[in-house]
This record gives sequence, C-alpha cells and structure tokens, in this order.
Amino acid sequence: MTDQLTPNAIGRDVARADGPLKVLGAAPYAYDQPLTDPLYLCTVDATVVRGRVAGVDASAALAMDGVELVLTHENAPELSTEDGELRVLQSPEVHFRGQVVAAVVATTTEVAAAAAGAVVVTYDTEPFAVTAGSDPAGLHAPEKVNAGYPTDTDDGDLDAAVAAAAFTVDEEYTTARTHNNPLEPHTTVATWTGGDLHVFEASQSVFGARRVLAGVFGLDPERVRVTCPYVGGGFGSKGSPHAGAVVTVMAARMLPGRSVKFALTRRQMFRLVGYRPRMTQRVRLAAAPDGTLTGVGVDVVQESARIKEYAEQTAVAARMMYAAPNRRTSHRLALLDIPVPTWMRAPGEAPGMFALETAIDELAARVGIDPIALRVRNEPERDPATGKPFSSRHLVDCLHEGADRFGWYDRDPRPRSRRVNGWLVGYGVAASTYPAYRMPANSAVVRYTADDRYRVEIGASDLGTGAWTALAQIAADALGVPQDSIDLAIGDTRLPRATVAGGSSGTASWGTAIVEAARAFRDKFGRTPEPDDEVFADAPENTAAKDFALHGYGAQFAEVRVHEDTGEIRVPRLYGMFDAGRVINPRTARSQLVGGMTMGLSMALHEDSVMDTALGHTANPDLGEYHIAANADVHEIRADWLGIPDERLNPMGSKGIGEIGITGTAAAIANAAHHATGVRVRELPITLDKFLR
Amino acid sequence: MEADITLRVDGEDRKVTVDTRTTLLDALRDRLGVTAPKKGCDHGQCGSCTVLVDGRRVVSCLSLAVARDGAEVTTAAGLADADGPHPVQRAFVANDALQCGFCTPGQVCSAVGVLAEVKAGWPSAVTEGDAAPELTDAEVRERMSGNLCRCGAYPGIVAAIREVGA
Ligand code: FES
Ligand code: FES
Repeated sequence: MTDQLTPNAIGRDVARADGPLKVLGAAPYAYDQPLTDPLYLCTVDATVVRGRVAGVDASAALAMDGVELVLTHENAPELSTEDGELRVLQSPEVHFRGQVVAAVVATTTEVAAAAAGAVVVTYDTEPFAVTAGSDPAGLHAPEKVNAGYPTDTDDGDLDAAVAAAAFTVDEEYTTARTHNNPLEPHTTVATWTGGDLHVFEASQSVFGARRVLAGVFGLDPERVRVTCPYVGGGFGSKGSPHAGAVVTVMAARMLPGRSVKFALTRRQMFRLVGYRPRMTQRVRLAAAPDGTLTGVGVDVVQESARIKEYAEQTAVAARMMYAAPNRRTSHRLALLDIPVPTWMRAPGEAPGMFALETAIDELAARVGIDPIALRVRNEPERDPATGKPFSSRHLVDCLHEGADRFGWYDRDPRPRSRRVNGWLVGYGVAASTYPAYRMPANSAVVRYTADDRYRVEIGASDLGTGAWTALAQIAADALGVPQDSIDLAIGDTRLPRATVAGGSSGTASWGTAIVEAARAFRDKFGRTPEPDDEVFADAPENTAAKDFALHGYGAQFAEVRVHEDTGEIRVPRLYGMFDAGRVINPRTARSQLVGGMTMGLSMALHEDSVMDTALGHTANPDLGEYHIAANADVHEIRADWLGIPDERLNPMGSKGIGEIGITGTAAAIANAAHHATGVRVRELPITLDKFLR
Repeated sequence: MEADITLRVDGEDRKVTVDTRTTLLDALRDRLGVTAPKKGCDHGQCGSCTVLVDGRRVVSCLSLAVARDGAEVTTAAGLADADGPHPVQRAFVANDALQCGFCTPGQVCSAVGVLAEVKAGWPSAVTEGDAAPELTDAEVRERMSGNLCRCGAYPGIVAAIREVGA
C-alpha cells in the first residue's frame, strides 16, 4: 500500500489551467517561440523506395538569394548513432520512399521550399517490398516486443484444447496502417551557441529528446537543453525525436548562433514520424459447452521497417484478459522497405483488443449466451500472464454498471432484428484494458517562494492530457494548500528529470515524485517555511509492480446504424465505463477518455493509410484523403468511471487514462454492426463496401 | 517578387513586406509574429489556421497575403476585448472544449463565424427546407466539420457553441 493523499483539490471539477491561454492562441508551441532572424529548413525527400543516391546537384538552389546551406550525405556531419531511423544523411542509401536525402536552409520559408524543389537528386534503384508476404526473406521473430514483453508464450496445449472444444473460433482480424496525425506537426527549432545546444521540440518527453539528441550528436547531455511547455498532441509519435529533429539540429550546428526552424508538412507526417503498422491476427478460442474458455491463441503478423525494428505488443492483452488453461501467443514481423513505425495511442492493446474482443463476441454468438455473461464467466482470479494477483480489477463491475447505464438489455440479441427508417440498428459491447505503468527516474522540486505560494518543478509534458491542471491539484493536496497556491513549472530539461508522457504513465510517475518532494518539504520545514526553502526528491521505487499485476479496465458499448441499401455506417451512441482508479480531475479526465473513444471510433470507421504497392508509399497522405473523425462523425460519446482508488499503485490511487479509451472501441462498434446486420467485419476500417459483399 | 501590403490585424494596422508566394497564414505567423492561428496542414484540410477576414471565416493557409491587402483580419487573440475573452472562448474553457489546444484558435474563430452565419439565416447541408436554420447539434456539427480536432474535443465544442448561441 502507498500512503494515500487525502483528496481535497484532487477530484474537483476545476477548469483546465491552460485553457484561457489556449483559447486565445497564446500558448507558445515549439514553432511559436519568438526568435531573432530565424532560418527555415526544408527537406528534400527520396522519390524512390530503395536504392542509392547517385548524385545531388544543388547548384541552382545555392544560387538562390537567401539560401544559407544545402545539406547532403556528402557534407553532413558524422553522427554517433547506429539507429537506422536517426542516421540521417550518413550514406547515400535509400531505405524508404520519403526518406530525407537533402535539406535546404534559407531566410524565408518560401525561399527554402523553392530551393529544396530546385535540388536535383538522381538515384540508382533496387527492387523493393512494401507489403507483408511480398518479401522473399519471409517473417522474422523479434527478440522481444515493445515495452519488453516476450515475443511468444506457450502454456498448456492449445491445439489439443481446440480439438476437444465444444465451441471454437478461428478467424483472422486485420487492422489498418494508421497515422497518429497530431494536429501540431512535429517541429524542431534548434540553436547552437558555443558548444551548447538549445532545442524547442514538440515532444512528449523533454528528457527523452535530450537523451536521444545528445547521443546522436555525441554530446554531454548537460550541454543540451530541450524546452517544450505546450505540445499540440502526439499520441505516441512525439514520444521520441525522429529524423526531422536530427536534420534540424545538424543544420543548426553548421550555422552556429542562428536558430533553425523546421515544421514537417502534413505529407511528411505520413513517413517521417512513425505510425501504427498494418497487422493481421489469427485468433483461436476454444470453449466448453457453457462458454468457459479452455484455450486462447493469438498469432500476430505485423509489418515493420527493415532499417529499424518495431514490434507492437499486440498479443499481450490476450495473455491476461481471460482465464484459460491453454494459451499460445506469437508475434512475427515482415521487414519491409517502408517508413519506421512507432507508438500510436495504446500500442498493442488498441489493435489487440479489436481482434480479441471481436472474437469473444463471435464465441458468445456460437455458444448462444450474452457476451457480457461470457466475459464474466471467464474472469480470472489471478493474472494469467504472470500468476500474480491483480492490484485491482473491476472489469465485471464496468460491464454490469455500463450495461445498465447504456440500456444494454433492451436489445433483442438476434442479429438484424431492428430496423428504423431503412437503417439496421444494433448494440455491441467490448472490454477495454491498459496497463497501469509507473516509470522510474522521476524527481521533483518544491520551493516556498513567499506569500503562501509554492513553486513545484518537474520536467513533465502536457500534450493535451491536462498535466498542467492535474499536477497542480496533486501538489496542492500533497502540501495541504489550495490549488491556486501552486505555481507549476514543466516542459524543460532545466527542471528535475521526468519520464515520457506516454504509456498512460505521466500522472502516476510525475505525481508520485511531486508527492514525495512535498512530504519531504513538510518534514523538513513544517507548515511555516521561509522564502526559498526548497526540497528535491526522487520518486520512490514502484514496489507494487513486483508483487501485483497492474492494469486499468473498462467496458464500451456502441449503438450502430447501418443503412440497409447503401451500407453507410453511423455511430449515434458510444458509452464507456472505466475502472481508472481515483480520478484527479473529472473534467479533464472525461475529455481524455472521450478523446480516446473518439480516436477508437475513427480507427473503427475511417482511418486507413493505403499502401500504393507500385510506388511504395502512402497513397492518401493528407487530411483530405486520410479521414480522421470530424465533428459530424461524432454524435453522443460519454465516459464514466467507477471511482475506486487503487491504493497500491501510487499516493493518488490513480490509473492512467490516456490510452484505455481507444482500446475496445473498434470491437464494440464491429460487434454492434454485426448485431445490426448479421455481417461480421474482421478488417478495419469498417467501410460500407464490407456490408455489400 | 515582393509586395508591400497593410493588414489590419486584431484591430491594429500592420505594414508588411511579403513574398508574393506568402500565404496569409505565413504572413501572420512568420512575418508579423502573430502566432494565434496555427498551421496544421497548409492545405485547407484541417481548419487550425482559421481566422475571420472582414468578418467571415477563412482558412488563412489557402489565401495569399497580397490578395488580402487592406483586409481586416481577426485571430483568436483579437476576439477578446477589454472585458476579457469572447463569450465563445469562455464557453470553450467552461466546457473543456479543448485538450492540446492546437486546433482551438481555429475552432473559436470558426465558431464565431458559425454563430453569425446561422443568425444571418444561411443554410447548411443539413438545414431542412427553406426555414431559417436553428442552432441544433446537427447544424453545429455540420458547420464545424472543417475544423478537425485530433484530441476529440467535439462534444465540448458543440456544447460550447450551443451555449453561446442559446
Ligand atoms: S493549416 Fe490551413 S486548413 Fe490546415
Ligand atoms: S484540442 Fe488537440 S487537436 Fe483539438
């Protein structure tokens, strides 16, 4: 157990602290920082998929007024990294279409763009493979998968369980390539002064960005400062710097004293900053006559880049969701000549829970029981993946409570049983889950300034999650003062170290450090400190992780309408009930959960980066053709929570909420579409053609 | 080629020399340091650069600055007046109609435009018949669909706009 805070500011429905600044457009994002005479960078990107740069003719570009520098692999400084994504301009090799092969720096954006267009690059090309199955090298087993999980697991005898089962499911589920597409493009603004580098980086982790850039450029991290008070979304892609940051810092190094700015174009956001790769999951379920699971199997085949491996932990949710004595999971990669994938909101669980939760719905239909009852019947007593007890697990409560609030039991369970004005109407349910991570290596400073005010410092990031607000609420309760006595400072490596705003771990990780520092401050200085009294503290070790399985849960319900003649699909209602521990701020928490469900809706219905197999790139790389949910796509989306604190996790009793909202949404919608139409869609996105086959 | 133009930005006359290729968005952000409008796509596909030009909403990335010489441009920063933020801006904060805030300056400008359009009786694709449009959820969603929000703040955005229009 951790020593719990007494909630006072925590749990209050206070407005987002940075809201007033943001509605005025006054929050400075990376590109908005005022600078004197900055320079603008524009890259030249490979127009072939695989091969070598044979020659670069930059003479026309260099002749343009205002051009300060043209960078190519011939004049680029040497980098000290083996990371295939970050080794920018280190060789003439081309590994994917859209790779940076040159860069121009000029006094205005217009000149930079014109000059980049005037750089003539010629190539020697080689044959390429851009889709799984087209690569002669075949599939590859990664050493481990993202977040350190084992690649394969094998417990009991799945094949025997399937052979002996009364009911089985054996189906393939495919999820599309999807791009994070935060509204703020990835941006880097770099300035070298003497041997010191200062970077404004659109980042989910200023310390992570510093570590990576210091490594790539062979610098002492102390000479690198990364600043990022506001981030325009990231959803994983801003978890770590990409090639654009490297080339900008490189250019700035060659132009000491000048600030070099680079914001990626939207088109470049489809190739240089990562994405969720396309994957196929074969799911096998075996069940006794009453629906008790006897076997669970998930085999994943995922696309990844040849130059840098990324193996999403897609099957890990199936390792812990339901009890079953026989279980086998595996992850395999097709290594291709494609851009490097990375984290996108709930890597692993988002695609994994689409497949698993659709398969569970299929099993419920075959057994002939309610899908909620099927899930309740297979609730495990301990974590099937580790054998540890759960620190808390309220999935069944989420299912029951959510079903009541949604009106689940109004439905006639038979598919195609309800029609309204030419629309077939259905209800679907799916479970959600996401681990409750807390990262090591977080510290905070608490300082008494004067007049009952406290400054609280930690190098955290707020990419829209509400950290500016929630951390102040936590600090207030930890110090026993009102929230408006707290002056919070985040988003700079000059502040105490902090881990990434990722893995839904931010509030737990940073909040624990703040609580530790605040308690140490009170121990040392009592309730009547002097101005400038200050305490620095490291967050204590996460001992709960050793003895318990730590996860959040939820149940999502969807009402779906599919037009009988056209196959058009609409989602008039989404409802989520979550087991998210104690909620720090109900207003910002609701936005996080609803935002995750909205992205889940978007994943279910819209998002698909289509691979042009002839040209080897995304055929729809902009927001006109890659559709993300727009206002008119979203009808009623509501999220609630049980509000049961988990006192083992952290002093707030909170679980992360940034990612769980996207898990299970697509399955709830697919299951509702099946209930509406009798058509089972196993490939995302669920577009109208799939009902008309 | 360069051109000297004057823009009235948030109530202030600003003279600026622009490349004739410079968009209104880049003129505001890179030349005048007016960073309230954001660049999310530069292709008219996201709405984050929305400003009001002579009172009407415009995606400033699709407008050339030279073509706007003499225009009155209002950004999110200029919606506020001596009494503080515009009612739409206050309603956005109250309804938590934002998360990362990057789309927000465009959303609030667009919302002010929508309220004026509905008041003026302009129909949208979802307006039924010839009757004057009413500020329903469906009308707001339709009219605000040019402003993408990746954080998914749409329910709050709709609530905020309806609250101000009520
Ligand atoms: S930046 Fe203008 S619409 Fe996207
Ligand atoms: S608030 Fe982040 S994109 Fe709208």
